[in-house]
Amino acid sequence: MNANANDVASEIRDGYVLVRLSGEVDLSWSQAVRLAVLDALDHDTAVGVDLSEVSYIDSSGIAALVEGFQRARTRGSRFALVAVSDAVRAVLELARLDRVFLLVATPEAIVTVA
Amino acid sequence: MNIAAPLIEVENLEAWYGRRRVLHGIDFSVQPGEIRVIMGGSGSGKSTLFRHLLGLQRPVSGSVKLFGIDLANASERELLGVRKRIGVSFQGGALLTSLTVGENVALPLREHTTLDESTIRIMSRLKLEVVNLGGFQDLMPSQLSGGMVKRAALARAIVMDPRLLFFDEPSAGLDPVVSAELDELILRLRDALRMTIVVVTHELESAFKIADTITVLDQGEILMTGSVAAVRASDNQRIQDLLNRRPREVLVDADAYLKRLTEEEA
Repeated sequence: MNANANDVASEIRDGYVLVRLSGEVDLSWSQAVRLAVLDALDHDTAVGVDLSEVSYIDSSGIAALVEGFQRARTRGSRFALVAVSDAVRAVLELARLDRVFLLVATPEAIVTVA
Repeated sequence: MNIAAPLIEVENLEAWYGRRRVLHGIDFSVQPGEIRVIMGGSGSGKSTLFRHLLGLQRPVSGSVKLFGIDLANASERELLGVRKRIGVSFQGGALLTSLTVGENVALPLREHTTLDESTIRIMSRLKLEVVNLGGFQDLMPSQLSGGMVKRAALARAIVMDPRLLFFDEPSAGLDPVVSAELDELILRLRDALRMTIVVVTHELESAFKIADTITVLDQGEILMTGSVAAVRASDNQRIQDLLNRRPREVLVDADAYLKRLTEEEA
């Protein structure tokens, strides 16, 4: 079921910070995800959250993404979800958040997509 | 094949109200990811079974296990662990009337987690969006329609993303459109959030739309548990009576009848 270990890691790239999540994001560690997302926003640059290796995300994980998105908007920064897995997409669609977030296929598209 | 341990295991469950036996040795199990509908007419025992599944009523004999934990013999700590992993949407909503809708929905998060306030606010409002009550968080329950109360209760039941969701009569008292939306939502909750869902209903249309399996109760006994197709095809007379809304034949035992009318403690 869960091929990937639960992990969050950030890397600074050319023009954006990429936060990579993997595993099952749930209440037990979603606060670490929240802090990683908010820390990434402190770089005052575009932020992408790579969700390709996330096999499950609960509402607390989604809440971390929502808070990050809202904070980015107030700062005028770009915030995108990258390579959203089917499992994550299903949860986003449940609350119609797929129509709210910027969803991109690749990390590079964080800065290039119109 | 799904060989996971059942999330719900009921064995030989008996329940009595006074001298009346309302559940007769019920055996019942639900697998992870399953949507099980418990169906039956009034007085079939489905509400009594439901209360036992929630641990609100202790078995006279037999056992009820959720997540492998026997509710009647569990420690407080184990029961708390179970309660954190289940959500319940009661037929009448059971919202606290002195709290706003938003406070009602957020209540389980405030009771059971140490999440920061910002996360709690987003999670609870997110669930209001899921049930199409976005923006209603500041209203009081008394300001909601019956259908809205039911949806707010569902939002509260799913706010912790429970592994196991119990839903009592989702369609009762709702207009057909809201009822169909709730059915759709139940299916999506299972698929997106991997919930296992137990629904008690007497609404046939809803049951057939959402169920993986249906347990048909009648007079405290399980007539059958099977797929929608199997229930529809059953040659059991009582099941067909239920499906075709035929009134049941009431058998009259003259001795028992007279006894009920005349005995002081009938």
